[in-house]
Amino acid sequence: MRYGAEIAWMSLATFLALLGAGFAADAPFRAHMWVLFAVLAIGTIVLLRNVSFEPEQPVDQSAYMDGPIRYGAIATVFWAVVGLLVGVVIALQLAFPDLNLEPWFNFGRMRPLHTSAVIFAFGGNALVATSFYVVQRTCRARLFGGNLAWYVFWGYQLFIVMAATGYLLGITQSREYAEPEWYIDLFLTVVWVAYLAVFLGTILKRKEPHIYVANWFYLSFIVTIAMLHVVNNLAVPASFVGSKSYSLFSGVQDALTQWWYGHNAVGFFLTAGFLGMMYYFIPKQVNRPVYSYRLSIIHFWSLIFMYIWAGPHHLHYTALPDWAQTLGMVFSIMLWMPSWGGMINGLMTLSGAWDKLRTDPIVRMMVTAVAFYGMATFEGPMMSIKAVNSLSHYTDWTIGHVHSGALGWNGLISFGAVYFMVPRLWNRERLYSVRMVNWHFWLATLGIVIYAASMWVSGVMQGLMWREYDEQGFLVYSFAESVAAMHPYYVMRALGGALYLSGVVIMAWNIFMTIRGHQREEVPTTGTTPALQPAE
Amino acid sequence: METYTAMRHFADSWGLLGMTVFFVGVVLFTLRPGSKKHADAASRIPFEDDKP
Repeated sequence: MRYGAEIAWMSLATFLALLGAGFAADAPFRAHMWVLFAVLAIGTIVLLRNVSFEPEQPVDQSAYMDGPIRYGAIATVFWAVVGLLVGVVIALQLAFPDLNLEPWFNFGRMRPLHTSAVIFAFGGNALVATSFYVVQRTCRARLFGGNLAWYVFWGYQLFIVMAATGYLLGITQSREYAEPEWYIDLFLTVVWVAYLAVFLGTILKRKEPHIYVANWFYLSFIVTIAMLHVVNNLAVPASFVGSKSYSLFSGVQDALTQWWYGHNAVGFFLTAGFLGMMYYFIPKQVNRPVYSYRLSIIHFWSLIFMYIWAGPHHLHYTALPDWAQTLGMVFSIMLWMPSWGGMINGLMTLSGAWDKLRTDPIVRMMVTAVAFYGMATFEGPMMSIKAVNSLSHYTDWTIGHVHSGALGWNGLISFGAVYFMVPRLWNRERLYSVRMVNWHFWLATLGIVIYAASMWVSGVMQGLMWREYDEQGFLVYSFAESVAAMHPYYVMRALGGALYLSGVVIMAWNIFMTIRGHQREEVPTTGTTPALQPAE
Repeated sequence: METYTAMRHFADSWGLLGMTVFFVGVVLFTLRPGSKKHADAASRIPFEDDKP
């Protein structure tokens, strides 16, 4: 019987959610449990309507398990549109404060919605889908654990929905990039352990003796995120039916734990995982092996050994001991070397195939992503230097830096991977339109440039205004004056974000039509060969 | 000795040494003579998969 056990477990979970709503200790928890109840009830009904009593077909163990990857590719595109749309909305809220709609849609609640939607929903789905795709094809083995991969996919979507609705209801433990409260954290831990089991199990049953380097990066991402998530979220709930918890840590230890987590979320979620993509999809798309495999191994180990110490640079000039700040700064600067080693490795993979940069927009997208990786990993170490940080910290410069990394590196490499995977996953000859990839590329690149440039100007101006003293030692500008001065840059930033979003909307249409099996009639980007004329 | 102090002393002596030795060992092992042949073979793994 198909879905028998699943329906039983889902019904039980739905009933527990109902109990949670009934016995809730506070109003936000009650509302949140009603949301959970509704989501689980819908899921249960969908399963019930698809139940089948026919004996199950034996699974072909030699074929790859691509179902969760197909769903993951669609979820990646869907959450990209949602997360970027929320980003444009909050950019406009900063420029035009009247757009703050109390209480659910004000900036304070929408901002974590944006960061979690783009990092964990868009980026996370891209990572889960590509890691399942890559690990099967480089181990030449089917995913381990049968339907466990489906549990990982749907469990992760449930985590996203619960986190997002929680923010809008005002439920937060106010740890940056780890805002969900204790009960969602516990659920994510279970999903993540299942993810680790599927990935590691597939590696263990591989038919290829060597573990390809992309899998090392993916595995380090999964293991480290598990460790970071568990330690950073150690907390005691005030009630088992309430939405409030208290962190195990206090004071400066709490701050350092938070930024140990926060920076390594950047290092292992947004860097190591996406480097796994780089080391598989760039060689595949340009059809050449990686420039230096040995450099990729050194890249891996240096990144692992250095990133984990860089977190304290988020706490310069705070109560954190001075030696810890300096340690964070030194390791951040040293990180520049492995980062650029990896960037050079990715770029040089194109050596001998540079013409593809002109003819293949997907290659152009991936190479631009690696270039942005290089730029962001140069800017980051520079900003971690205390003297620079004294100007840049708490200003929009940081926001610009984060977005050149997130939009440029994580966004573009994920789009490239999706464009690579989708025709293969659905057995399509090619994408619906390669020319639309080109449009996507230029809209995205222009959007990033406008975004980053306006935030540089805004951030440096902001930092200089805050530190401007007159000859008598008084501050020249009030804080409100620096806010007012930023208005034009906020509007420009919203424009850059809207351009980037419009590129993703084009991608969504392109992917939708590719899955539907259409091909747009268009002149190939490689140009047309002039028709041969008969000799006279 | 306080737990914090003990762990801190371990971290900045044996812990630091152990990690440094491991890291240097990994780099030396990667660059050992004859490793290029294995590395080149490994770099072709993504292309040896005949299924889509």
